Amino acid sequence: MSDFRPVQMRSPVLTVRRVDAYHAITVVAPGVAERFRSGQFIAVAVGGDQSGMLLRRAFAIHDVKPDYGGTVEFLFAVRGGGTAWLAERRSRDLLDIVGPLGRPFPLPRDPVNCVLVGGGYGSAPLFPLAHTLRGRGCRVDFVLGAASADRVFSAITARRVAETATFTTDDGSFGVRGRVTDALPQVIEDARSDVVYACGPMPMLREVSAMAMRHDIPVQVSVEETMACGTGVCMTCVVPVVGEDGITRMVRSCVDGPVFRGERVRFDDVGTIPFDALGAPGWKARGGDDPVSAREAG
Amino acid sequence: MSPDLRVRLGDVELANPIMTAAGCAGAGRELAQFFDVARIGAVVTKSVMLEPRAGWPAPRMAETPSGMLSAIGLQGPGIDVFLQRDLPWLLSRGGRAVVSVAGGGSAEYAELAGRLSEAPGVSVIEVNLSSPNLADRGRHFTDDPAAAAEAVRAVRSGARSDIPVFAKLSPDVPDLVGLAGACVEAGADGLSMINTVRGMSIDTATMRPAVAGGMGGVSGPAIRPIAVACVYEVHAALPDVPIIGMGGVRTGSDALEFVLAGASAVAVGTVIFHDPSACVRILREFEEALGEHGVARVSDLVGAAHRPMGAALGR
Ligand SMILES: Cc1cc2nc3c(=O)[nH]c(=O)nc-3n(C[C@H](O)[C@H](O)[C@H](O)COP(=O)(O)OP(=O)(O)OC[C@H]3O[C@@H](n4cnc5c(N)ncnc54)[C@H](O)[C@@H]3O)c2cc1C
Ligand SMILES: Cc1cc2nc3c(=O)[nH]c(=O)nc-3n(C[C@H](O)[C@H](O)[C@H](O)COP(=O)(O)O)c2cc1C
Ligand code: FES
Repeated sequence: MSDFRPVQMRSPVLTVRRVDAYHAITVVAPGVAERFRSGQFIAVAVGGDQSGMLLRRAFAIHDVKPDYGGTVEFLFAVRGGGTAWLAERRSRDLLDIVGPLGRPFPLPRDPVNCVLVGGGYGSAPLFPLAHTLRGRGCRVDFVLGAASADRVFSAITARRVAETATFTTDDGSFGVRGRVTDALPQVIEDARSDVVYACGPMPMLREVSAMAMRHDIPVQVSVEETMACGTGVCMTCVVPVVGEDGITRMVRSCVDGPVFRGERVRFDDVGTIPFDALGAPGWKARGGDDPVSAREAG
Repeated sequence: MSPDLRVRLGDVELANPIMTAAGCAGAGRELAQFFDVARIGAVVTKSVMLEPRAGWPAPRMAETPSGMLSAIGLQGPGIDVFLQRDLPWLLSRGGRAVVSVAGGGSAEYAELAGRLSEAPGVSVIEVNLSSPNLADRGRHFTDDPAAAAEAVRAVRSGARSDIPVFAKLSPDVPDLVGLAGACVEAGADGLSMINTVRGMSIDTATMRPAVAGGMGGVSGPAIRPIAVACVYEVHAALPDVPIIGMGGVRTGSDALEFVLAGASAVAVGTVIFHDPSACVRILREFEEALGEHGVARVSDLVGAAHRPMGAALGR
């Protein structure tokens, strides 16, 4: 097990480049690269040692390579202060990273047909997954979607590694106009898919999971909830997930996820505490309503 | 010569004064991936309650300048799981366990203290007084010194006599010294300060409060001056009562600041999210800082900032 534990390191930046609407950063991080399994992410400190931005930013690992003893690449969209700072990094700058973090995508034992569905930068972790699946003799089909053409990245790579690659954009600027979920059922049928892997926004994951369930095939989804630590100590990143025992728990998406079986995530209840969740106010009906106020610490 | 880092919290001695803050380190297991938990003075566990608790919905946090706003809602598995799974693990790694407890009333506090006293290896019980008082419309125990005192009394009477009981105070009270005094009178062997500071953040994109709970608690370096003031003020009033100081500790010199204000030990919270190895780094920096000042014993420095100018450090 000890090989799987994450490491913290100061990694020199090798390259920073624009990839359409995104930035891609490659860092030298052998300790992360050698432990990495598809679906895992890293948590990056932003803003420098005295930064007022205290919380780490999580990014899916897009690629690891043996160059320079082990490099790690991640892609990101500039959203706020942390990602804006990251976009300004230059080669030889140091980045404090922790990783690899999280539960990776489970891999099928036999060579089966896999469809990989990505939304926006949610495509990033699907590429190393595709390579691994191909290496195991699986058929891979991609369905990648985004708001516009410049947000569908690595289309060329997707075409190269996959049997088929279908692209959708909300504005029709690339591929088919519409959403990944418009294209998915046809791909599942044509490719006789045995399993679905998906990463992207929650509403997309909910739809994809529902579709996979209708086709009666398993689905693995990588969810994104706001994270403060990425390592499992702060309890900020919880989502309601049904366990094997049928009990819903608020589980940490950073260590128990980010990859979950789609049918186990209670998408409709994300952002709530389902009444029947373990430890919810109504759970076991202990004395009725619980007059909690948010000022309590913790 | 390296300084003597041992500190006393009531009858308990810690190898050094650096510990984790409740709710910011689980029970040590996740951090053990980054450093040996036996190296720091103690691991303060997430506040444990009698029953499992799901806490607040997400989003539970927002970043604020030099800090964060959080509303977790004391999510946890309850005391049974804690005693079966978390505490034995921490002890098996040679860690010192300071167990934080939270209850909805005196009976629950007393029961928690009793259960912890039956288990071997609990070094200190820290009473989180910022949990909602079920008997009093969810007001916090710290809102009323009498209620806080009653909770402390319950823990003190439920706990084995050789386990020190620390009361954890929130800064959002009109009379902190009065509250501290009431807790000590009720049997607290020491005080932990401070819990998070009430705050709010509104997402200008969604035009809604940024955390689902609405209000939350601010932590991190942004609150350090508030925390240092609280420790200083209470140490001045109650110089013999040991204090665990916390609030925005990021470096060894921040830890030293708390000791000078009157803390015997220093806990690190939010900064652990930034740097999972923070506690051992801060311990190293703290030790170096003592060396630079030529200080032989940490205990000589506790409350040193209260001494008149020019007073010699007891070397
Ligand atoms: C497991 C995981 C993998 C991710 N992978 C990628 C990726 O490959 N590429 C990419 O562009 N983005 C990814 N994200 C989202 C990325 O973490 C956020 O876009 C980024 O943290 C925003 O930081 P900021 O400083 O620009 O924004 P701010 O809004 O200033 O950030 C403030 C705080 O909120 C948190 N936060 C804000 N938005 C998000 C979000 N969407 N998800 C989680 N936390 C958030 C930040 O981490 C930070 O702590 C991933 C998120 C998670 C949880
Ligand atoms: C995410 C989070 C969870 C916390 N959980 C608890 C808790 O369970 N019990 C408690 O007494 N304090 C809890 N606290 C408060 C901390 O222990 C500490 O008092 C406070 O955060 C100030 O220290 P800091 O600025 O170093 O974080 C929590 C703080 C945070 C940020
Ligand atoms: S981000 Fe801290 S527990 Fe998941």
